[in-house]
Amino acid sequence: MTMNDFPPGIVLILGAFLLPFVGRSARSVLILGLPLLTLGLVWSLPDGSSAIVPIFDYQLVFLRSDALSRVFATIFSIMTFAGGLYALNQKRVLELVAVFVYAGSAIGAVFSGDLISLFIFWELMALASTVVVLSVGSNLCYRVSMRYFMVHMFGGTLLLVGILAHIMDTGTAAFSAMEPNSFGTIFILAGFLINAAAPPLSAWLSDSYPEASYSGTVFLSAFTTKTAVYVLLRGFPGAEILIFIGIFMIFYGIIYALLENDMRRILAYSIVNQVGFMVTGIGIGTEMALNGVAAHAFTHIIYKALLLMSAGAVLYMTGKRKCSDLGGLFQSMPLTTICGIIGALSISSFPLTSGFISKSMIGQAAADSNLMIVWFLLLAASAGVFLHAGIKFPWFVFFQKDSGLRPPDPPWNMRLAMILFSVLCIGLGVWPEFLYNMLPYPVAYEPYTVPHVVNMLQLLMFSGFAFFLMLPLMKRTLTITLDFDWFYRRLMPTALKNAFSLIWKADHGLRHMFMVRLDMCLDFVSRRNGCISSLVSRTYPAGSMVMWVAAILAAYLVLSFFAY
Amino acid sequence: MNETEQKHWLVRPKTIRQLWYGGFVLLALLVLADFFVHPHASFQIDGTFGFYSWYGLLTCVGMVLFAKALGIFLKRKDTYYDDE
Repeated sequence: MTMNDFPPGIVLILGAFLLPFVGRSARSVLILGLPLLTLGLVWSLPDGSSAIVPIFDYQLVFLRSDALSRVFATIFSIMTFAGGLYALNQKRVLELVAVFVYAGSAIGAVFSGDLISLFIFWELMALASTVVVLSVGSNLCYRVSMRYFMVHMFGGTLLLVGILAHIMDTGTAAFSAMEPNSFGTIFILAGFLINAAAPPLSAWLSDSYPEASYSGTVFLSAFTTKTAVYVLLRGFPGAEILIFIGIFMIFYGIIYALLENDMRRILAYSIVNQVGFMVTGIGIGTEMALNGVAAHAFTHIIYKALLLMSAGAVLYMTGKRKCSDLGGLFQSMPLTTICGIIGALSISSFPLTSGFISKSMIGQAAADSNLMIVWFLLLAASAGVFLHAGIKFPWFVFFQKDSGLRPPDPPWNMRLAMILFSVLCIGLGVWPEFLYNMLPYPVAYEPYTVPHVVNMLQLLMFSGFAFFLMLPLMKRTLTITLDFDWFYRRLMPTALKNAFSLIWKADHGLRHMFMVRLDMCLDFVSRRNGCISSLVSRTYPAGSMVMWVAAILAAYLVLSFFAY
Repeated sequence: MNETEQKHWLVRPKTIRQLWYGGFVLLALLVLADFFVHPHASFQIDGTFGFYSWYGLLTCVGMVLFAKALGIFLKRKDTYYDDE
């Protein structure tokens, strides 16, 4: 294996295990250097498949390098660098080890050219991301991480069953475009969709991500769902069902985020919303749509991480996470506020930000394919994104009422990471060619036309107007909103608890009844015996028994003398 | 020095009032821009006057109301799962 066919993800996975054994400054060098080395490797790979390992009758392809895998591996590497910079002051080394293994296995999954090696990295990601949540160390996080782990193990099992069935069907483990029309491919699709936070099992995301540490959540937001977007993009382009699933996810994210009070859970719901745009685009399946999905995944990772960095900075400096406890922070955290607003404008796809040049490609693809209803829904959703993430998050965290909190901006490394991603958000919005040149298909799309800019501004400003008009209805309350996880967190445990308490009661009653009957029987038998034969059934003391045994043995001894 | 003056300039009632006026002017200008901008409509109605403005406003009001209605059934105190 030369440097030319060394899987870049392995650098991060192996490097992760060096982190606990080196000093603080060497660790900082590794945290910043390893992602850059990975990025360099990603870009030095020639197109084509390499690092092929034969196993039984199949070939594991650890490196399939083409435009699509490169664009995802690039953003994953950049994300690891900026997230590492943001997490430099994270004291829990276990979390840092876990995020590096997590990022490395996500890059490994993106480069996998076959389903078996994909599955290996897929499961490694599930394991590492569980440790990211677990590393917080509280009892709450233990339970949350176990719920997270169970859902992902279930998804992994579906995927494994699907992969095995697919290999039996086709005789090859190669990972190429499929259609969900056989047992195997349907299971593979279901396994992919669970990691994309598709319904019904989508609650794992909003349940777990807000419970990780201030830096852990930044990493979590990037890899699992976007790896799922990548494999859907590679495996099921144009699968029509994805349009319906995607549209559902878009509106689920908006509605739940509107009801939410925890600032990082608002952003978690908005991940589902944004991934919904991508899933819809994959379902549309034209070159324009698929380009749009890849571009949107790229820009989304940056602005979502930026939003979670600003939320993480607030959490780090105040220890508070509920909108109802926050507000007025712009006065003492100006940099965090500005970076948070840049992230919020980007997710809302304001002109001159990264979201504008990526999301609009998916909408354009819907129009080009004459999907009228989808187009109108996507347009409403674009307005809704501004409503639930673009205004709601910055408004309730940094403005609204004055909470009286006056924390300063966070330490230099966290500020620097936020500035870096803010610059990328605006840079990509101003110079889209940089991203367009990386996309899998040639781009014939011009985002900056006068009507497009004006129409987008009209849509967004009136969405903002609706927000302030409806502000009395948006008042934050100390509530959560029930989700599908209620079934496995509340209904099933309660039902099982009740069922078992019934079973224990019945069991206790039956045993008691049986004992009473048995006593009665014995009583009956002994009384009968006492009447019939007082001789046979009489009780003798043990001493007399021993005496008689001794007598028999003595008689036996005496008789044995006569026998010789 | 009264209380109003101690506040950050951005949250003084006067500034907020000016922001509202500024916002209304901006909204009006954006609607009027439709006289000069002729988009390439994909589905007829999206090329009509003021479409993006009323569509953005109405869908957002609709989504907030829908969320509110759903909240009646699905909202619980945030201590709901604490006894797990």
